[in-house]
Amino acid sequence: MKIASDSQRFALFREEAKSAWLELIQGSRPLICTGMSTCGISAEAANSKKVMEEELRVKGIDAKSMNVGCLGLCYAEPLVYIKIPGKPMICYGNITPEIAPDFINEVFAAGKTSESETSAALATSAVSAASSSSGPSSEFLRERCLGTLDLPEMETKDRFEDPESPSIWEHPMIKPQIRIALRNCGIIDPECVEHYIARGGYTALEKALGMPPEKVIEEVKASGLRGRGGAGFPTGMKWEFCRRSPGNEKFLICNADEGDPGAFMDRSILEGDPHAVIEGMLIAAHAIGCTEGFIYCRAEYPLALKRLDIALQQARDLGLLGRNILGTGMNFDISIKEGAGAFVCGEETALMASIEGRRGMPRARPPFPANAGLWGKPTNINNVETLSNLSSIINQGGSWYSKFGIGRSRGTKTLSLAGSVRRAGLIEVPLGMTLREVIYGIGGGIPGDKACKAILTGGPSGGCLPAEFLDLPVDYESLMEKGSIMGSGSMIVVDEDTCIVDTARFFLTFTQSESCGKCTPCRIGTRQMLAALEKICRGRGETSDIPRLEKLANTVRSGSLCGLGAGAPNPVLTTLKYFRSEYDLHILEKRCPAMVCKDLIRYYIDEQKCHGCGLCKDSCPVGAISGEKKAVHVIDGNACIKCGACLDACPDKFKAVEKGAAQCVY
Amino acid sequence: MKKKAAKEATEDEMQEILKGFSSGKGATIPLLQKVQERDGYISAEAVREVADFLELPESEVYGIATFYSEFKLIKPGRHHVKICMGTSCYLGGGKELLDHLSRELGILPGRTTEDGEFSLETVACLGCCSKSPVMSVDGRIFGGVSLSSADRILAHLD
Repeated sequence: MKIASDSQRFALFREEAKSAWLELIQGSRPLICTGMSTCGISAEAANSKKVMEEELRVKGIDAKSMNVGCLGLCYAEPLVYIKIPGKPMICYGNITPEIAPDFINEVFAAGKTSESETSAALATSAVSAASSSSGPSSEFLRERCLGTLDLPEMETKDRFEDPESPSIWEHPMIKPQIRIALRNCGIIDPECVEHYIARGGYTALEKALGMPPEKVIEEVKASGLRGRGGAGFPTGMKWEFCRRSPGNEKFLICNADEGDPGAFMDRSILEGDPHAVIEGMLIAAHAIGCTEGFIYCRAEYPLALKRLDIALQQARDLGLLGRNILGTGMNFDISIKEGAGAFVCGEETALMASIEGRRGMPRARPPFPANAGLWGKPTNINNVETLSNLSSIINQGGSWYSKFGIGRSRGTKTLSLAGSVRRAGLIEVPLGMTLREVIYGIGGGIPGDKACKAILTGGPSGGCLPAEFLDLPVDYESLMEKGSIMGSGSMIVVDEDTCIVDTARFFLTFTQSESCGKCTPCRIGTRQMLAALEKICRGRGETSDIPRLEKLANTVRSGSLCGLGAGAPNPVLTTLKYFRSEYDLHILEKRCPAMVCKDLIRYYIDEQKCHGCGLCKDSCPVGAISGEKKAVHVIDGNACIKCGACLDACPDKFKAVEKGAAQCVY
Repeated sequence: MKKKAAKEATEDEMQEILKGFSSGKGATIPLLQKVQERDGYISAEAVREVADFLELPESEVYGIATFYSEFKLIKPGRHHVKICMGTSCYLGGGKELLDHLSRELGILPGRTTEDGEFSLETVACLGCCSKSPVMSVDGRIFGGVSLSSADRILAHLD
């Protein structure tokens, strides 16, 4: 009888959650959602929210204010969605604290006119006036409107089509996407388990618990899902190894140590939909037979840690974690392990060493974690994104998931699109979409109509692909074939203002400082490679540096135990392969065509453009700029430290400070 | 007398943290994190404390404290400035921002100003790549920071 009562109780909870969710998104109370992920908060979303709430309070409008995660349209943050009863939910972008009062005024426009009414009546009339008009009513709102956010569970009247504000799912940044791992991100309140459950959360767990573990593994195998953390190992196979490994005690680790600079998909998922990861872990634990779970999350993500902690407690309260889960007799609990800032801990054996409380240094495999992992017990490690795909795979079937994708790369992949693109953000696309579709279609191309110079994929272990490969499909094999990797999915677009040699130097600076020091080729090789690149960037490079770099790169690659060392030379090798001429310019002509390498450039003031405002002079930290008010200013090249403060200070309307090639270098 | 009381308090704290670990397994990092939360950094004294408590050699604890970039071995300033050095931030002007603040504050990254007001450091990536360059001041994150807006942000701290 216990079994029935536990699952019945949960079914009841689900029904209640569903009706509460529907009441929230299409009820009688206006709803205001603010995108409150770290990226939104860095764009002052928290302040916008405060200002809007205050404005509503003053107006006497009773509205529900809710936090949501990141919808992925990071370029337009802060994002705010407003739902007026009887009208579609409309998503607005760039609602900064400065314009937030005007924004609320515009949305509830009618409130301003009728001064004689009492405040309560005024508020009612504001809401009703707002609901009578269709779509964003004013120029102000139309400018900021990104589309209507209609959800399948909404009633049709709340999903009506309005030519003024088409559906957000038709937005050029979202339309080409297939959102599986990101299905709830930016839609639900991540701190509210009811929302997750109302939208079908934990149904996959119930289904999986009713299946024999082998069948769950079969389903995951059929989906073709591969590890989304970087290595791309087939998930189902990894599970099977661990399941078959003898032992009563087995561990499951969620790798949330997203240390790859330029990647933020795991952060967005953890901050926007933490229960998806927990449900994924439960499914994996059931399939493998794990008894205890850990989420290893980096300390640099305090908000993700906080939301995970809340989500774990909620899951425990609902009987989804702990002993006798949903009355099925399964025991499993998850604890959080905070990483302490070491990139190498993304590597599974280093990660386990770190959980064990030691220096996070990788070790040789075999033995593989599936046989002897954490504290010598069989251990399975999956990445955040991998885990958050699982509930959809179980619910809709492995063959459904494998419909997306190309070749051996099945399903979808989240990409953090950043750098020089108009629409930067977090996206999820079917594998096999071309770089061009991602950068020009979803990303909207390069700002200022500059040319795309290169695409950095896979972070510091990845590569630098030139624009000629724009038609390359984004999948594990195609990227590897060109010398790069998928990695965790960071994709940074660079334009002609970026120096390729300097970029390679940047990545090497990172890998060199993050090398744990265990393997000599990595510890010393990365240092030597960095020194050579620094020399080239300073204009002191010699032609012999290139073959030396190549030789070092091959030594580091083949002589290192883990992915950090094996991947560290990739940025150098790919840039040498595809951008050799840029190295040559640095070495032979002592020129940096992108005007980045400080020793190879100079700052000067264009006499024709300078209005003598003196801002540059005030900003110069070393007093290298002279000139009287209203007269042309001059930079003393010998005193200039090339910090760029004058370029930053010179008003955009003048743009008198410019960079040029240094006239005399060595 | 006072010292003894403090020591006992520390032991209580450590016991509290240790509860989550069977036989102290894997406790070194969380303990150091807790110590850092309390003191703001890991002093030589704290290394000894943790080593004694876990019955580990001091060198091992020190090795762990120096391995992870989160642990600070120098007392941080009243205001903590972190500049993001992720790829997107670096390419978007993060390096210039770091150099600028390093010059303005008169300290190298990883150090604290003499008056104890500011400490400056870099962070691998704050995951706000679309808002580059990003900096965090006392845990608050700012996106799209220019050299002049960084000055303003620091000038307006209390």
